[in-house]
Amino acid sequence: MSNAVAKPKDWVPKGDLQKEISAEKMLLELPRELLFITGSEAAREAIKRANIDCAISYPITPQSETMQQAGYLYDEGYIKEYYRAEEEIGVMSATAGASRAGVRALTATSGPGLMRGMEAISSWPGARVTPVLLDMCRVINTPLAIQPDNIEISFLLNTGMIMLHAENQQDFFDYTLAACEVTEHVDVTLPAMVSVDGFFVTHARGPVSIPSDEYKLNRRDGWRSAVPAMDNENPPARISRDAPIQKSNFISYHMHASWQQEVFAALERSGKYFEKLLKGRIEIINPEAEDFIICSGSAVSQAREAVRQEGENGRVVGLVKVKTLRPFPTTSIVNALKNAKRILIPEFNQAGWMHKEVCSVLYGKCKANIVDGPRVFGGMTMPTEMVIEWLAKARKDFP
Amino acid sequence: MSLDTIKPSPGFLEHLPIEYQDLVNHGQYGKKMKASDMGKFKELIEEHPMCAGCAMTLFIRLVFIGLPNPEHSVIVGTAGCGRLAISQGNVPFIYGNYGDTNSTASGLKRGLELRFPNQKKDVIAMCGDGGLVDIGFQGLMHSWFRNEKFATIMLDNEVYGNTGGQESGMTLKGKVLKMAPRGKVDEKMDVMGLAKVAGVDYIARIAPTNPGRVLRTVRRAILVAREIGSSYIQAYTSCNIEYSIPTPDVMKDAFDIEKERYGFEEIVSDRAKKFLDEVEKKKK
Repeated sequence: MSNAVAKPKDWVPKGDLQKEISAEKMLLELPRELLFITGSEAAREAIKRANIDCAISYPITPQSETMQQAGYLYDEGYIKEYYRAEEEIGVMSATAGASRAGVRALTATSGPGLMRGMEAISSWPGARVTPVLLDMCRVINTPLAIQPDNIEISFLLNTGMIMLHAENQQDFFDYTLAACEVTEHVDVTLPAMVSVDGFFVTHARGPVSIPSDEYKLNRRDGWRSAVPAMDNENPPARISRDAPIQKSNFISYHMHASWQQEVFAALERSGKYFEKLLKGRIEIINPEAEDFIICSGSAVSQAREAVRQEGENGRVVGLVKVKTLRPFPTTSIVNALKNAKRILIPEFNQAGWMHKEVCSVLYGKCKANIVDGPRVFGGMTMPTEMVIEWLAKARKDFP
Repeated sequence: MSLDTIKPSPGFLEHLPIEYQDLVNHGQYGKKMKASDMGKFKELIEEHPMCAGCAMTLFIRLVFIGLPNPEHSVIVGTAGCGRLAISQGNVPFIYGNYGDTNSTASGLKRGLELRFPNQKKDVIAMCGDGGLVDIGFQGLMHSWFRNEKFATIMLDNEVYGNTGGQESGMTLKGKVLKMAPRGKVDEKMDVMGLAKVAGVDYIARIAPTNPGRVLRTVRRAILVAREIGSSYIQAYTSCNIEYSIPTPDVMKDAFDIEKERYGFEEIVSDRAKKFLDEVEKKKK
């Protein structure tokens, strides 16, 4: 703790010295430097380059330091506006308020904070606001714990928001920057959540290659949007975007239905941008394999190692890493798994939401036996041996 | 938006709906209307689905007339009777989630200040007593403690009118309403006092008995919020349905309650007073 000191009169915000570029140039063209940093630090580096106008924070610690790091970035002048809000409903409401004003808004939360802000977050897609929410997953169900578990992701799967699930620190950096741009395309105009499994990624160090901080993303242009910003820069009309559609008549039913259909159509349209910026919405290893593992988040790292060890023993195992949970890369997954015989779906949660997702898209399109697991939750790690044992059992059960 | 944005391009005016033509030709944009002008100009809000005789509707209508810069205003609301009328006004209206007005307005105002550094945008959070001090209490208080620069207007009908007459924090002790089958146990919340403790720069309690005074109070609250800090108006806007006030007696009730316990009161900080003195002196 120290006392605040006013900025000198000749102070120049560091963000003002950065050069604006597109996400494509940032992620795919610029040379990169390799660092060894935590997931929270990777988030900080992404935010530093994301040209964020307004970041609103609440201390859901110990899961992540991200939003206090955002505070330091504000102090340095990489973020234009920042404050600590009252709690998560306040954070999510204010973040949407800032986004409605036509500026780029960002916040981060985890587990219980996400649940608390849920009412506000689930209204974002329909409001066609474009904030980016970084989510560091942790236990939400009782007995409460602060350990990693990504069941919270399942609560947001049907809201209409863009959802990315990072495997590691590198993904957290790349996905955050990609999300900041894709959300704001006129044919998208939707919010995004970038999730990462807490502790395993947020608090652990990993290799992250990043471009120079001399660059930042192009600023949000508040005039370019599927719906007008709430800035009163348009001639007045009686029916505002946020007018309640609460009459019990067919006009209101149709208004709501068509609005929601458009939200989910916009979500699908975002896929092409991620396809380019993330070099595909899935990653495939050993596409010719009969045994496949499909998963997202840090389960991918465990599966990756299992695939390597199986390879050393002469067994070819395929891996499908899902990068975008929403829009779900249905066609790519069906194509990747159409010839698989056995499919394993490791997850860090009790609900098995990825298992349900995969089953629903493969139904009738793949003859593989889909194994419901392995799963760990409540903070457990997933040893590679566990994945290999489940693979062996699958071969035995489904010869 | 400049006032020019409102004006249609040459040749287009006659093709626009008559209502829009009236707004352009006979509206309040660019003018300061007086209460005595009511009925002589096209108001920002006219049609609405509110109950016959609703005092809240009269007050909301007066708020719209009192907006110092409607072409640069955004209103934030939440569930409740008020939004049924507010959403019909010719001012952008954010209908958010339950009790999120002052949190949403905080982000909105800061965002607008970033985007329009050379054009002040007035943000007004206007909603009912339940939305503000029950479900929205946390956001309300923190926005005040943060000294957010927007105006908050409470439409205090002392009941949850829109959901069918449940007690709220602003209901008087002893009143029998839904969810208070034996009468409300606790006292009416002293939100004026809370505003004072939180350091709100301009606080006013008012009943819609004197239209001129309502317009002046609304303008003062919005100007203080624009230049100085948070402002709060607590307006008695009776629910004639849930309180069984005969429609012809709604204004009589407003005068009676005003005299009994809802008298006009202003609490103005020194810096807001100095500012208002300067503004009002300049106008004279």
